[in-house]
Order: sequence, then structure tokens, then C-alpha cells
Amino acid sequence: MFSLLRSMWLTFLHAFHKRETIQYPEEKVKLAARWRGRIVLTRDPDGGERCVACNLCAAACPVDCISLQATEDETGRRYPDFFRINFSRCIFCGYCEEACPTYAIQLIPDFEMGEYNRQNLVYEKKDLLINSEGKYPGYNYYKVAGMAIGGKGKGEAENEAPPVDIKSLMP
Amino acid sequence: MEAAAPNYFLIIGGVLLVMLNVAALLIWVERRLLALFQDRYGPNRAGPFGLLIVAADSIKLFFKQDWIPPFADKPVFVLAPAIVVVTVLMSFVVIPFAPGIIVADLNIGLLFFLAMSSMGAYSVILGGWASNNKYSLLGAMRGAAQMISYEVFMGLSLMGVVLLSGSFSLREIVEAQRGLWFFIPQFLGFIIFFIAGIAETHRLPFDVPEAESELVAGFHSEYSGMKFGMFFIGEYMGITLISCMLVTLYFGGWLGPDFLPPILWFILKTLFFLCVFILLRASMPRPRYDQLMEYGWKVLLPLTLLNLMVTAAVVLWLNE
Repeated sequence: MFSLLRSMWLTFLHAFHKRETIQYPEEKVKLAARWRGRIVLTRDPDGGERCVACNLCAAACPVDCISLQATEDETGRRYPDFFRINFSRCIFCGYCEEACPTYAIQLIPDFEMGEYNRQNLVYEKKDLLINSEGKYPGYNYYKVAGMAIGGKGKGEAENEAPPVDIKSLMP
Repeated sequence: MEAAAPNYFLIIGGVLLVMLNVAALLIWVERRLLALFQDRYGPNRAGPFGLLIVAADSIKLFFKQDWIPPFADKPVFVLAPAIVVVTVLMSFVVIPFAPGIIVADLNIGLLFFLAMSSMGAYSVILGGWASNNKYSLLGAMRGAAQMISYEVFMGLSLMGVVLLSGSFSLREIVEAQRGLWFFIPQFLGFIIFFIAGIAETHRLPFDVPEAESELVAGFHSEYSGMKFGMFFIGEYMGITLISCMLVTLYFGGWLGPDFLPPILWFILKTLFFLCVFILLRASMPRPRYDQLMEYGWKVLLPLTLLNLMVTAAVVLWLNE
């Protein structure tokens, strides 16, 4: 009986405590930088697309909400022809970001994606591609990858030695 | 009271209007108070202080699809929610809000109240049975068992008040409290009536018949639209009724210092108990079902009988 009265009294005292509610639309929520919100495609420092359309994100996606088509430009750079994320399926697990070998796909702290029309939740490449390097500034996949690509031969990437000619007998 | 006769319709209309509005407003009061006790804001967007959620809720209830399951017993299904509202509203008939503001000054007012509140059990058990759903039936059975067991000593706990005032008329009971409010000589009776009242309105922490975590929503799982709304409103009116009864029987009804009119004293005291009901909801855990029944039969019933015997002995001794 006493403990019941005590808990009632303690609950009553909460009436004079500070309220914890965040008055959302007026008062913005402070989110951590690693918050898994809206998905974006980032660009490399030269302004090119980071995504090489390797399909690893689509393969890692547990709800299969990512679909894309790979294509190549004339210099051999791979890029996605289209890149589509259905955010009405997306569970914001971040597996796509984990799987991405080029840091192209990233989840950013933005959750204000409400739509009245479900179809508007399907984001195309033009909606996803942002003009920023995201969380990994300065990283340029094609600069460190050992591929011969538009104006860069084999062995010319950063931290890369020229390839050894294994057919030659010269030392 | 011949002079008051033309006013009867006014009083009846007034009581109806006030009670239905109080029940609707309690939706808002409860949500705001619960939020206050839990360090939240509660509804504060729709209208000033979120008051318009009452309107929004009522509009929603009226326009929701009023669906009757094909497997239900249709006439009983429709009748059940009406019973709770009717019985609770009928109970308000005998409550003296202030001198002259009473619909029917019955000389057995207290018995009428007890009879009407027992009828409320019909609504629960018929609603659960007509739904033809196992969860509903379980909820209804629990509800009926709980209401009937707590009904037993609810009536007995009031007999102390009757002994002290020597009348079943609620108006005379209030008049008898001019010297001393009954909650002091009848403190045990007050506590027991309070607990029984909570159980009677199956209000938290005794909301076992509708325990969401076990029984979906208990006896009203299958109800929708305004039929659910009637159960909902019935519960709030039940709380108001029990608060009114607590005030009338133990806290001197309309009596109070002269600087406020009697009706205001009654309203203030009733509001206090309404807030206590909500505070109880915010702070108490729900007991297990067997604990609830054991508590009622093994603790409260003997205590009530003891209270009754001691009161009777004291009254006899004082009268000698």
C-alpha cells in the first residue's frame, strides 16, 4: 500500500519535470553524422560519378529496392545507365553503403522524405546523384584503381608501380 | 419541490449535455495529463492546447466504417454498447450536484446507483459474447467476473455511509456531512469504494478485460465506429460517475466554504478525483488476473465486512 502511494507521488512529481518532447517541425532533430537516412550517390573530387555500376549494392540489398544498369563511356569508364532506388521498400539498413567498393552510395542524415504519392518515392539517378563528395572527401576511385582508363595508362595510378613485362627476358 | 417541477427538463437536458461533453473532453484531459506525468506535451497542435482533437476524434468516430462482423449475433452486438451508456447516464439521475440540481431525488438513490452500475456488466458480457470471437469472449468473461466480484463489496462498503447518515437518499447523505465529511470516519470504506469503483469501470490498473497485451482489446475487439465510441464514452462517463459518487458519499458533495457556489464545489471535487484516476493510470502496473480476483475476495471483502461491523457497533454505542 505504501509503495503504491509512493509511486503515485513520484509520478505526480513528474508533472514538474522538464518535458522531453522535441517540437519537431519547428525544432529540428540533431542527428549523428552516421545516421542512416536518405541514400545518395556521391561524386569524386573531379566531379565525375563515383559509381562504377558493379551491382554490389543491389546484390547486398535485403529488400531488393536498388536496380541499375551498367554501361561504359568511350574511354572505358563504367557508370550506371540508370540507377533507381525504391524508397517505399528501402529499410535503410546501410548494407549498400557497406558493400560499395568506391564509396559512391552513402546514407546521409536526412529522413524528411514524406510523400503523398507512393510513386514519388521511386528515386531515379537524377534525384540520387548529388554534387558532393559525401563522407569521404578527396577519394577518387579511378585515380587509385589499376585500370587503363581515359588518359591514364596501366601503372600510372597513385601508389602504383609500372607493370612488369613478364614476356621480356631483360632484367 | 413543486416549484422546481417546470425546471426538470432543463435539469435533465443540462445533466445530459454536461455529462456527454465532459466524457468527450476527458479524452483531451487524459491525454494531456498523462503527457504531463510522463514528461511529454501530449496533443498541442490542433487548436489552442490541442483542444480540437476532441472534435477530430468525434468526427473520426462518426465517419469510420461501422462494421458488424458477419459471424456476430447482430441484435445483441448492436445493443451491447448502448447498455453501458444508458446505465451510466441513468446513474447520474440520482446524483445531487447542488441543492435543487438533481433529476430525481429518490429515497433509495444509493440502491438505484448500485443497481445501474451492476447493469453495466451486461454490456461487457453481451458485447464480448455477441462478437463471436475468442479474445472478446475471454475479455468479457474476465470483465464480468471482475465486475461482479467487485460489485459485492462495493455495495457493502457504502453501507457504512448509510449507517452514519441513516438514509439511502444521496441528498440526505450529503446533508448529513455538514459537520464532518464521511471520508474521515469511513476512511476504510472510502478506500474500498475507490478501488471497487476503479474495477467497476474497468479502468487502469484494473483494465484486465481489455488488456491490450494479452487480449487485443478484450470485449470490444470487433467493434468499430460509433459502437466502439459508445464503449469509449461509457468508460469516461463511468469514471465521472465514480468521481461524482466519491464526492457525494465521502467528500461532502456540494458542501464547502461559502465563497464559492455549491455547484462549483461539487465540480472542483469531482475534477480532483478525475485527475486522481488519470494519475493512477500513469503510475500503476496492471495486476495479474488471479491476483486481481484474490485481492478482491480475500482482502477487500473481509475488510469491508469488518468496516461494516465496526461502524455498526460504533453507531449503536453512540446511540445508547
